[in-house]
Amino acid sequence: MELSEPGKIGCRPALPEQPMLSLIPEKLRRRQALELPEVSEVEVVRHYTRLSQQNFGVDLGIYPLGSCTMKYNPKICDALAASHKIQELHPYQDERTVQGILQILYEASDFLAKIVGMDKITLQPAAGAHGEYTGVMLMRAYHNDNGSSSRDEVIVPDSAHGTNPASAAMAGYKVVEVPSNANGCVDKEAVKSAVGERTVGLMITNPNTLGIFEREILEIAGIVHDAGGLLYYDGANLNAIMGKAKPRDMGFDIVHINLHKTFATPHGGGGPGAGPVGVTKRLADYLPVPTVEFDGSTYHLDYNRPKSMGRVRCFTGSAAVVLRAYVYILLHGKGGLKTASEVAVLNANYMANKLRKIKGYSLPFAERFPRKHEFVLSASLLARETGVSALQVGKRLLDFGVHPPTVYFPLIVEEAMMVEPTETVSRNELDTMIQAFERISQEAYAKSDQPATSPHATTVTRIDEARANRPKTMQLTWRTTEE
Amino acid sequence: MLGEIGLNSVGELFEDIPASIRSKAELPLPEIMSELDARRHVEERLAKNLSTRDILSFLGAGVWPHHVPAAIDAIITRGEFLTSYTPYQPEISQGILQALFEYQSLICELTKMDYANSSLYDWSTAAGEAARMAVRVTGRYELLYPEYIHPERLATLRTFCEPIGIKLVGVAQETKTGSIDVSDLETKLSSRAAGFYMEYPSFLGVVEGKIDEIESSVHRSGGLLVVGVEPISLGVLRPPGDFGADIVVGEGQPLGSHMNFGGPLLGLFACRGDALLRQMPGRIIGKTKTQDGKQDAYCMALQTREQHIRREKATSNICTNEALLALAASMYLSLLGPKGIVDLCSIILDRTKYAMDSLRKLPGVAAPKFDAFHFMEFTIDFDKTGKQVSEINDDLLKAGIQGGLDLSKPFPELGQTALYCFTEVHTHRDIDMLADKLRTVLEA
Repeated sequence: MELSEPGKIGCRPALPEQPMLSLIPEKLRRRQALELPEVSEVEVVRHYTRLSQQNFGVDLGIYPLGSCTMKYNPKICDALAASHKIQELHPYQDERTVQGILQILYEASDFLAKIVGMDKITLQPAAGAHGEYTGVMLMRAYHNDNGSSSRDEVIVPDSAHGTNPASAAMAGYKVVEVPSNANGCVDKEAVKSAVGERTVGLMITNPNTLGIFEREILEIAGIVHDAGGLLYYDGANLNAIMGKAKPRDMGFDIVHINLHKTFATPHGGGGPGAGPVGVTKRLADYLPVPTVEFDGSTYHLDYNRPKSMGRVRCFTGSAAVVLRAYVYILLHGKGGLKTASEVAVLNANYMANKLRKIKGYSLPFAERFPRKHEFVLSASLLARETGVSALQVGKRLLDFGVHPPTVYFPLIVEEAMMVEPTETVSRNELDTMIQAFERISQEAYAKSDQPATSPHATTVTRIDEARANRPKTMQLTWRTTEE
Repeated sequence: MLGEIGLNSVGELFEDIPASIRSKAELPLPEIMSELDARRHVEERLAKNLSTRDILSFLGAGVWPHHVPAAIDAIITRGEFLTSYTPYQPEISQGILQALFEYQSLICELTKMDYANSSLYDWSTAAGEAARMAVRVTGRYELLYPEYIHPERLATLRTFCEPIGIKLVGVAQETKTGSIDVSDLETKLSSRAAGFYMEYPSFLGVVEGKIDEIESSVHRSGGLLVVGVEPISLGVLRPPGDFGADIVVGEGQPLGSHMNFGGPLLGLFACRGDALLRQMPGRIIGKTKTQDGKQDAYCMALQTREQHIRREKATSNICTNEALLALAASMYLSLLGPKGIVDLCSIILDRTKYAMDSLRKLPGVAAPKFDAFHFMEFTIDFDKTGKQVSEINDDLLKAGIQGGLDLSKPFPELGQTALYCFTEVHTHRDIDMLADKLRTVLEA
């Protein structure tokens, strides 16, 4: 707004013609002119280019943000998604004119179904949490249809992502939390005593948020199924097990897949993503409308699904995101996806093994178990002995060009730092990260003030987040000015 | 690297997976492809599509064809924005944070509301969240909606409302004008009603004329007024904040994003006043300072509403949103500016009028069906032509034209009616061509 000068305009989608505002009934007219910036195209471009220079992405450096799978996104995926043959397609076009995209959506569904071992996929959900809500509503549709609508409890481990309990609650269910055992896994006995005739299902990720594979998953699945409940797989950690194990074989009934994590569609500063959901045959009838079908010669959208749970959004899904994931799968092929998981797991274990030996850090829960694609380091010793917290370690990492891990999650680890290097970092980069962690430990024990005052090398220094939340200083738009 | 961990093979890292679960067979997927092969494979499929640049399309109905300024695609494909995650680390995310703060400000200006979040998935999920928010705020469990609502939006609303016992009650629209039947609305507004959700312009393209009566009825009953908007129209229409809306939702795709076969989209969400702000779903960006007080800076605000802090007590489960499309929207509004958006609306009004004038001359055609002021979309009634919309659209397609959305299935009581959309992408010649081909089709 500071750059505004009256009369300037950045882009004309079409040249101005005769003003037609007189067509608008008087009382429906906007009376005050919009207070929008009046700037030229180059000023807009420079403004946003400058902003982009104050933003960190995978294209700029290492991004080991746990649970977020910030792997490199191949550029060919974006290049193909820039075709007008996808960008300028309207979702209600006659099906004869959109056979290409329907084929891509159908084949992408088929690939995803095979990777997780499920029978049928919906591409409708726009994100992981949206997929979770779809999944919980599928459980609900299933129970309602099978005479068990009195069920109202969803079991969630204490290490679960916040979206799991939030999604269950949105569907009107009570959340029953079960604790993790000494190995960092879901306590089987706790599940046994939590299930009953009120159990809707269990929501869990495997490997779990500690990066540990839930090896008792089959027994846990048995307990939940015996009680009449369903098993929901949170696909946030799917990058650990592609080609290695399928959620279906672990006993899961419903799976969501984060295309913006495992399948490398870029995350765009918070979105868009996509959260397709796969189910076994007994839940297939309840999937949202429409599904993409193929009759052997043509592709079509099937709206005639009488048992469907309904819809979770308009149209068919985030086609442009699915297209990118489709290209990613083609580029990897059957062998490449497995290799991606293997390298992701190798990188995580290499790093975990080095980091746990550095003074001040530890690897809580089952130190001898291999981790999967991520691990949770604790800085509790460092915090106790030097006063340098996980948050400060994270902020200091910024000075070394490393995006901090996810901190203070999962909640069951003190001073948690959840690290997920992904398969697209080299050994050199892993060593760079390890050295950065080591240096911070040394600084902490040498009583340097560097960690506490960090970051120093970023566009802004440590931000006062509390100020943004205090009613007196809160400013959420240009208009709500500070006092 | 394996040596460093004390292992001999990568396989050992997966031995904690019980053997009965471990996959023995390879994934039944295609073999690895080179980048060139993958490109050919995908382009071969894409070539089977006829885009709205290949054919002349008059579809709108929730996703609308507009010109997307080239500067937007140039910026949003920059890796710094494109490959960044949710800005949990504000010190290295000032770019997207400031852009989203500007987006919130621009949406508030467009709608004349106090606060906006930094995006939801699409209009329909934003409407679903608004319904739940209205219920949280009022403690009442009924939501009223207009009967001629986008059918898919209504289906989504049901998914968001039904499990927590929110009852959806349809309000009639006048058969002659398409306008809300205010007496029916008043009958249905009671102490049980959390509020009324209306669309502006409506699904049928009608711009509601009785907004002031509706507003006073809704507020007299103690409910909230929730308004769903198509945002471009607000360049010239009275903004919802001006006529008393409590929550505004809408579809942000027209603000600089491509149609992309219906996704990703951009859910707009704005509200009035501090009490509602605390109940708002989704991420909100605030302006603050660095701890030393020297620099202005941006960070996420009011996170205690969100799932990663509040878990099952959060206002919503949303995490990943549509930030990149919000960035596109703020660029779009900045590029057009106050004059550009009025010019654009003028052109849309012109095309809408030109189309009505041309099409209503056709024998048996009522265009528009409703006697009302329309913006960008209107319904064409083919009942008196003796032809079905599906037949007409089939014949139009043979001539390279994608006709409007067939409303005879979702709303059989409207007869053989179709919803047509006209924007700046349509020239007078395009509309002449439509009229011409329609005449041929109808006379055949």
